[in-house]
Amino acid sequence: MEEQTEHKYLPNYLEYRGKYKGLAGWLTTTDHKRIGLLYFYSMMVFFLAGVVMGILMKLELISPGEQIMGAQVYNGLFTLHGLTMIFLFVIPGVAAVYGNFFLPILIGAKDVSFPRLNLMSWYLYIIGAIVVLTSQFMGDGPPDTGWTFYAPYSLKTQTNVVAAVTGAFILGFSSILTGLNFIVTMHRLRAPGMGWLRMPLFAWALYGTGWIQLLATPIVGITFLMVIAERLLGIGFFDPAIGGDPILYQHLFWIYSHPAVYIMILPAMGAITEIIPTFARKTIFGYTAIVISSMAIAFVGYFVWGHHMFTSGMSSTSRWVFSLLTFLVAIPSAIKVFNWTATLYKGSINIKTPFLWAICFIFVFMIGGFSGLVLGSLATDIHVHDTAFVVAHFHYIVFGGTGFAFFAALHYWYPKMFAKVYNPKIANLGLFIFFVGFNLLYFPMFYLGMIGMPRRYYDYLPMFHNANILSTIGSWIMATGLLIVIINLVRARRGTGKEVNDPWDGKTLEWTIASPPIVENFEEIPVVDHGPYEY
Amino acid sequence: METITTHQHADLHRDDTAAKLGMWLFIFTEILLFGGLFIVYSVYRFKNPVAFELAHEELSITMGFINTIILLVSSATVAISITAMQKNDRKITLAMLGITLLLALVFLINKYFEWGGKFEHGMYPGSELMKNLSNGDMLFFSLYFFMTGLHGVHILIGMILLGITLVKVKTGAVNSGKYALLENSGLYWHLVDLIWIFLFPLFYLIH
Repeated sequence: MEEQTEHKYLPNYLEYRGKYKGLAGWLTTTDHKRIGLLYFYSMMVFFLAGVVMGILMKLELISPGEQIMGAQVYNGLFTLHGLTMIFLFVIPGVAAVYGNFFLPILIGAKDVSFPRLNLMSWYLYIIGAIVVLTSQFMGDGPPDTGWTFYAPYSLKTQTNVVAAVTGAFILGFSSILTGLNFIVTMHRLRAPGMGWLRMPLFAWALYGTGWIQLLATPIVGITFLMVIAERLLGIGFFDPAIGGDPILYQHLFWIYSHPAVYIMILPAMGAITEIIPTFARKTIFGYTAIVISSMAIAFVGYFVWGHHMFTSGMSSTSRWVFSLLTFLVAIPSAIKVFNWTATLYKGSINIKTPFLWAICFIFVFMIGGFSGLVLGSLATDIHVHDTAFVVAHFHYIVFGGTGFAFFAALHYWYPKMFAKVYNPKIANLGLFIFFVGFNLLYFPMFYLGMIGMPRRYYDYLPMFHNANILSTIGSWIMATGLLIVIINLVRARRGTGKEVNDPWDGKTLEWTIASPPIVENFEEIPVVDHGPYEY
Repeated sequence: METITTHQHADLHRDDTAAKLGMWLFIFTEILLFGGLFIVYSVYRFKNPVAFELAHEELSITMGFINTIILLVSSATVAISITAMQKNDRKITLAMLGITLLLALVFLINKYFEWGGKFEHGMYPGSELMKNLSNGDMLFFSLYFFMTGLHGVHILIGMILLGITLVKVKTGAVNSGKYALLENSGLYWHLVDLIWIFLFPLFYLIH
């Protein structure tokens, strides 16, 4: 076949016409690149909806007392904000969009191992999303439990918890199948010559993520099924009134949901690891250390869930064991930060938009990481547990980590995905405003938490007023920056772009092929005879 | 615009090893799904040792034992069907798959009578009788219905998989050169069997 196609025009994945045209062609596609974009567009819709909810909550908190909504609406809103952002944006996040689009290309394959299963995962994602969102309109009103569905309240509240939990269960399936697909793909479809230790580090991050998705998600799946059974059939698992144990619910929930934050952050770290060497024009420092740290995070991250429950009632032995493990899991994350900065050392740094996003990522990720250690210490955690401090930490890690990496990766791979060039000045301006707004929004919450402002209330005491004003103003600035970034990218998509195959002078395989990639990625499967970042 | 040639997309490639690897990984997730339930079971049994031991006497060991034998035999027949396929003996493959499906059906019928007996005595999730049970008994029967119920759902999924395989063996789509589907359905069936091997002692044989 290669001989025939050598001089023939090969359609790229955007213009390729299979059995169906137009929208139907996209909805029936098994092309990993198109599926990546399906995830991308649907995820952006949910993300922006989540941002709007966040801004509304911050507006409510601009001063004490009821501003634009009452307690019940606020409770519903932070639940929906959490569900949307966590289950529909950051958990699939970087892996589903860029993993789908770039994993096969990075390892020199034509597609993932199970392309049809891949499409099915997207459909499960959409079905799950719809079921979660119906909980808002059907039954007895929007769930008000928070995204954690803690028992026994989630069993007692009159709101529509069953739909939300069912949706989360379906989304779990989507996540499992994506992880499974990626793992098998990396085992079976690496190009000739690409040994495990020649794989790009983004692929390694996805490998670790895949195992967490496989091994952790079923636990929360079964827990959600038990909550559904308990609500619908009235059988007792977690309700203490009939012998159940609500603490057991928390254990089961966090056995998944703590590893889930590594599902969010590992691919994000992987994307950053691709960006840094490209713009430092230097091979990555400590390739093997990064590989090992990815796998160590995936492994140790499995055993630290108890640090969410220091105040819920656990023996002091389990508390200090969980605290110790929490400190241990910080080490591989720190190793990555050291590797990134060491890569920059004596590099010929090429300051471009993706690089700036990556640097901002490291900055906010460090703040998020260190504040995490405050929460991982037994004594300080008691003080700041369930306060705004936790909210600040979480948003620095998850939004600052995964969110920043998501946009860093978008600016990095945008020319490859769409063969268009965005305006770098506007992109940098947007990032600057976004970064300022982000810190103004979340940093005051550390302070608020330290002086005792609890989270998840629509109202607060007047002593917390000043910092809350700053935080709300920050939310407006951040939204402005985000808007600039997005409009810039949308305009670039519509504009006439230059077709550049390798705008950043990158060394990994995706920069050796056409932009946008042809349907089968490579005209001929490459033979790899060197590591991924050889400058 | 340029003529766009239709050509084979990568999803038409075939990789049996990948298919089997994928099935093994999926089986891990299934084991963990039940693993969550085994944790819940252990915690509640630890907290209510006496109630669990007394409650299990309501279950019929004979019924459970028969079902265990049925599943063990069906695992053997599905394994034989794979070996037969490797030896290109379609007749035996079909016969063994048929027997496996039949045994699965007998298992479900057995289960139907077992559950039906409980229902007749007013013992079913959400019933007045169950609500008035003591905490330990309530937990035991909640877990009993939930875990055997979920296992029953897996029996159904396994039957659907085996049924599809049976049809494909008949049409020749699954043959001695291409039988990853048969192997995967067989693997899944062994999983269903394996889980029952744990459920049986946990609910029926407590001492």
